[in-house]
Amino acid sequence: MFPSSFDYVAARSVEEAVAAKAGAGDDARVLAGGQSLIPMMKMRLAAPAQLVDINRVPGLDALERTNGQLRVGALVRHADIARSDLAFGAIASAAPWISDPLVRNLGTLCGSVAHCDPEGDWNSVLLATGADVVARGPSGERTIPITDFVVDFFTNALRDDEMVTEVRIPVPNGRSGGSYQKLERKVGDYATVAVAAHLELGGTGAIARAGVALTAVVPKNTKVTAAENVLVGNHPSTELFEEAAELAAQASEPRDDVRGSAEWKRNVVRVFTRRALTAAAAQAQQG
Amino acid sequence: MQITVTLNGSDQTHDVEPRTLLVDFIRTKGELTGTHIGCDTTSCGACTVLLDGTPVKSCTMLAVQADGRAVTTVEGLKRADGLHPLQAAFKQEHGLQCGFCTPGMMLVGAALLEQNPAPTEDDVRWAISGNICRCTGYMNIVKAIRAAGAEMATS
Amino acid sequence: MTLTQKPSTPPEIGGIGHSVRRHEDDRFIVGQGRYLDDHTLPGMLHMAILRSPLPHARINSIDTSAAAAVDGVVAVVTGELLAQYNLAWMPTLSGDTQAVLATDKVRFQGQEVAAVVATDPYIAEDALELIEVDYEPLPVITSPQQSLAADAVLIRDDKEGQTSNLVYEWEAGDGAATEVAFARADRVVSLETHYPRSHPSPLETCGCLADVNSATGQATIYMTSQAPHAIRTVFAMVAGLPEQNIRIISPDIGGGFGNKVPVYPGYVVATAASLVIGKPVKWVESRSENLISTGFARDYHMKGELALTNDGRILALRVQMLSDQGAFYADAQPTQFRAGLFHVVTGSYDFPAAHVQCRGAYTNKAPGGVAYRCSFRITEASYLIERLVQTAAYELGIDPADIRFKNFIQPDQFPYETPTGFVYDSGDYPTALRSALDAIGYEKLRAEQAAARDEGRFVGIGIAHFTEAVGAGPSKKYDILGLKMIDSAELRVHPTGKAILKLGVRSQGQGHETTFAQIVADELGIPVTDIKVVEGDTDNTPYGLGTYASRSTPVAGAAAAVVSRKIADKARKIAAHLLEAADDDIELQNGVFSVKGTPGRSVTIADVSLAAYTNLPDGMEYGLEDVHYYDPPNLTYPYGSYVVVVDVDPETGVWKARRVVALDDCGVRINPMIVEGQIHGGLTEGFAKSSMQWITFDEEGNCSGSNFMDYLIPTAWETPRFELLETCTPSPHHPIGAKGVGESATVGSPAAYVNAVIDAVAHLGVRNIDMPLLPDRVWSAIQSARATGG
Repeated sequence: MFPSSFDYVAARSVEEAVAAKAGAGDDARVLAGGQSLIPMMKMRLAAPAQLVDINRVPGLDALERTNGQLRVGALVRHADIARSDLAFGAIASAAPWISDPLVRNLGTLCGSVAHCDPEGDWNSVLLATGADVVARGPSGERTIPITDFVVDFFTNALRDDEMVTEVRIPVPNGRSGGSYQKLERKVGDYATVAVAAHLELGGTGAIARAGVALTAVVPKNTKVTAAENVLVGNHPSTELFEEAAELAAQASEPRDDVRGSAEWKRNVVRVFTRRALTAAAAQAQQG
Repeated sequence: MQITVTLNGSDQTHDVEPRTLLVDFIRTKGELTGTHIGCDTTSCGACTVLLDGTPVKSCTMLAVQADGRAVTTVEGLKRADGLHPLQAAFKQEHGLQCGFCTPGMMLVGAALLEQNPAPTEDDVRWAISGNICRCTGYMNIVKAIRAAGAEMATS
Repeated sequence: MTLTQKPSTPPEIGGIGHSVRRHEDDRFIVGQGRYLDDHTLPGMLHMAILRSPLPHARINSIDTSAAAAVDGVVAVVTGELLAQYNLAWMPTLSGDTQAVLATDKVRFQGQEVAAVVATDPYIAEDALELIEVDYEPLPVITSPQQSLAADAVLIRDDKEGQTSNLVYEWEAGDGAATEVAFARADRVVSLETHYPRSHPSPLETCGCLADVNSATGQATIYMTSQAPHAIRTVFAMVAGLPEQNIRIISPDIGGGFGNKVPVYPGYVVATAASLVIGKPVKWVESRSENLISTGFARDYHMKGELALTNDGRILALRVQMLSDQGAFYADAQPTQFRAGLFHVVTGSYDFPAAHVQCRGAYTNKAPGGVAYRCSFRITEASYLIERLVQTAAYELGIDPADIRFKNFIQPDQFPYETPTGFVYDSGDYPTALRSALDAIGYEKLRAEQAAARDEGRFVGIGIAHFTEAVGAGPSKKYDILGLKMIDSAELRVHPTGKAILKLGVRSQGQGHETTFAQIVADELGIPVTDIKVVEGDTDNTPYGLGTYASRSTPVAGAAAAVVSRKIADKARKIAAHLLEAADDDIELQNGVFSVKGTPGRSVTIADVSLAAYTNLPDGMEYGLEDVHYYDPPNLTYPYGSYVVVVDVDPETGVWKARRVVALDDCGVRINPMIVEGQIHGGLTEGFAKSSMQWITFDEEGNCSGSNFMDYLIPTAWETPRFELLETCTPSPHHPIGAKGVGESATVGSPAAYVNAVIDAVAHLGVRNIDMPLLPDRVWSAIQSARATGG
């Protein structure tokens, strides 16, 4: 299996990449890790006229905490996050479960975010933690909240002439915890069901902020607002988490497929939401 | 376009189409056939090489992306004084049967031992979980990588 | 039976019983293995195949003009073109026919429709996209039950006289005696289960490099083949080429597992293209092509019933099996046995009557029915009987181990003739199972299981005791397309005492270059490192049917031993001549010929070898070389007891194998290290199939499992760790007492894993979950058992 022919641009700067992309319109794709794009091109499910390789753009590989944010540049690989002390909560929990070890060495968080595959993991983690996506186009930079960025199944909010340069994840001030519970059939498999949970506790120990988001059981990665609303203002408890888990299960829209029945998947959403919240609360209460 | 890849320490300059996969560059232009193709979908790791020391799947990378970078294949594992301890250990511990996954397994093992000279059984199993073997059931691959680590620690 | 065996040669000779490190590894560990795709020839062209997106459709037209116009495309081949050479259809190994490139209609998704030959593989694939095929969709049949319905569309309308989708009907055993036994049984226990479709998927896909010399007509074909000689003969028959003009070279093979036994359309098209174009043509499958079009395995729908007494004695077995054969009947198996050796389904148990009825049906799925690490459908049989016995244990309230002890064939009953006609050679089943149970701590685990259930945790202990029938086979019963299933070995000892052994079989990772050298080393005392083993080149090896169905050691291994003995006989005469003694007084031990009772007088095998070319007794022919074609008197019957412990998460249905204990008895182990490696691999295959690895189709006939993202192969992370045990009961009729082992664990272990998961939830009333035991199936079984108050 081999890709179709394309024009190749090795961009040396974000400006160059954006200009190249703007020149080619919707027929251009940015090549970062390439771990989703290249297989799609080999299967000829994607045949872009132009590839804009950003791997030689300096500065995009920064992974750092500044101004209360964890900033993940467009060339930060999954493996960088998995081994970084800067990652926390659901981010640290999810990173080792992205695909397989070799794919993690090349694949990037920003690429996965832009891909908007509903079976992809990162967008749920970002929805739960309330991240922003930074996009650059010919007219400059804009910050897009992740809730707006994930538009649909394989559809993001970028314009044809824009690319993702960074993702910014707010670092909680107080006690917080997070967890990503993923059911995969084997290493390297996409999630059959996954749940991201993020909790921040207030001074009294009550939940001040909550994030719950679902992977693979909804047409796009989805935040479960109903569950979050139930959590906020209450103290962590088994009953509370079961109630939130039930709401998450109700919010899921699984389908029957070779991985399992819709009914079972909905059940797993319930179980995993409870487990993710329990783990998140335990982590928050420790810190 | 013309690219130069440092393949096992020697510079290889060739004209390639941008769509040429790194694995094809290595096998065809580099004339090194120890890097295999097993799946096309980034699932099996038979095409594993080290890119500047990091294991990656060369069927899911374009040759042009490796321009100016160093690629190590199984042919580059051997040392001036003989086999790499991993190669010796794979034979000693019966870590291979058909041999098709072996180059990838050894390269992942080499990268792991570089970072973690005394990996646990779980460490090894986790590290090689991007590589499929259809013959060995992994038991002796794990044994071989750990044995090589022990050997490297004492020598 | 002995618990272990001791080698009789010293390590420097490295005969039978030594874990000699593998000779073949030296090239593999440095990247110098030479697999099919590593071969290139001057002027070589590349071929890619266009495959049908539809499972069943009439072909109205194929337009290749745009593809042919692509720069770099040399030829576009269609079935119409092949028909001019009478090559549009070819025979299968089961005597059916299979389309090489479709002419009339396509019958499964992924079927070969056209091929492009180009200067570059990338260009060939580009051109495929430009071929336009006008398909007229037809109704699709995705199950054998559907296929045999009265109103089903006829899939094989190409076959004269074919009026239904029935492929075959076949039976074994004694129907009347079985009915009588069932009539007087206290209890009848039944189980209906599907052994799902699977694919061997070796890590190297299939391919060939065909080089037909237009001047001489000589066709040299490099091919990923487990059976190069048989393939050459089939090629001669298909293409009408003189057999001496065909040379099949099967280079290093990256795993076979049965996938590389059949002839595939790509081989035929590439060879035809090379013949017509006059240049070498290479074709290497993508993984997806491998999974959707080449030899599938299993896909048996089985119903088994046991007639029992109240105290758990089995009286009889009744089995009905319906196989899904896909669009062409392409099982690779002996002619007499339409369902392979499935009738070995009586397993390890002693009872007087059995009746096995089998039918096969065409469906709109890929052809195959290959023995995937299995001796012709024994895997399905072993699975059914071991699941059925387990079911009987629950229904009768007997411990699953006890019911097996109660019904085992006893050691003093061998040779044992089964009610379906096999004659088991040797075994001690009770000792094997007892040892495996003791190793895992069976009684303690049962106590833990009970305590866990009280806490709402599910622990399961699964047992499988299998008996395999391998080493096909005796010529009176076993042939493929009429070719008797013999195998051969040719041995030449050079003047310097080094040797070359040539065989008709072909290793795909089993370590033949080492183990077969060990057999010769053991017989002649030539150090194992001085023996070169050659396989896979039809011009340079003696005839044989190839490596599959665990037949290499039982048949070719026997040939290697016998040819060594022929050489030893001649060598003994030469030694007698050199030592001036009588032939009968010469003894051979560890490569030294000595005169009985006179220890000082001796010559070495090297001395004798030199003499064979320089100094012979009068009238003796020069040289030290011979060949032997071995016709086995019987199959061999390896067996084993496997015990698996699993933990099941009641909330999600996710299960994990906590421990896997595997006791194997394969008779004499030539190389214990290699034997254990084979068992590790098989235990992994069993885990794969019981947990995740299957091919299925939706109602429209679309294949799910068409790449490694959907066809799941477990990694080191999911794969359990294995604890191995052994006993050694030599085969009484095999020259070195060995039985085959390459497939034992694949055959035996699936039932152990499944029985373990069922055992974890059996207290709820669950009796069956079909493979693969996906978490949702386990969870659903728990839910419905609870709902019905089990």
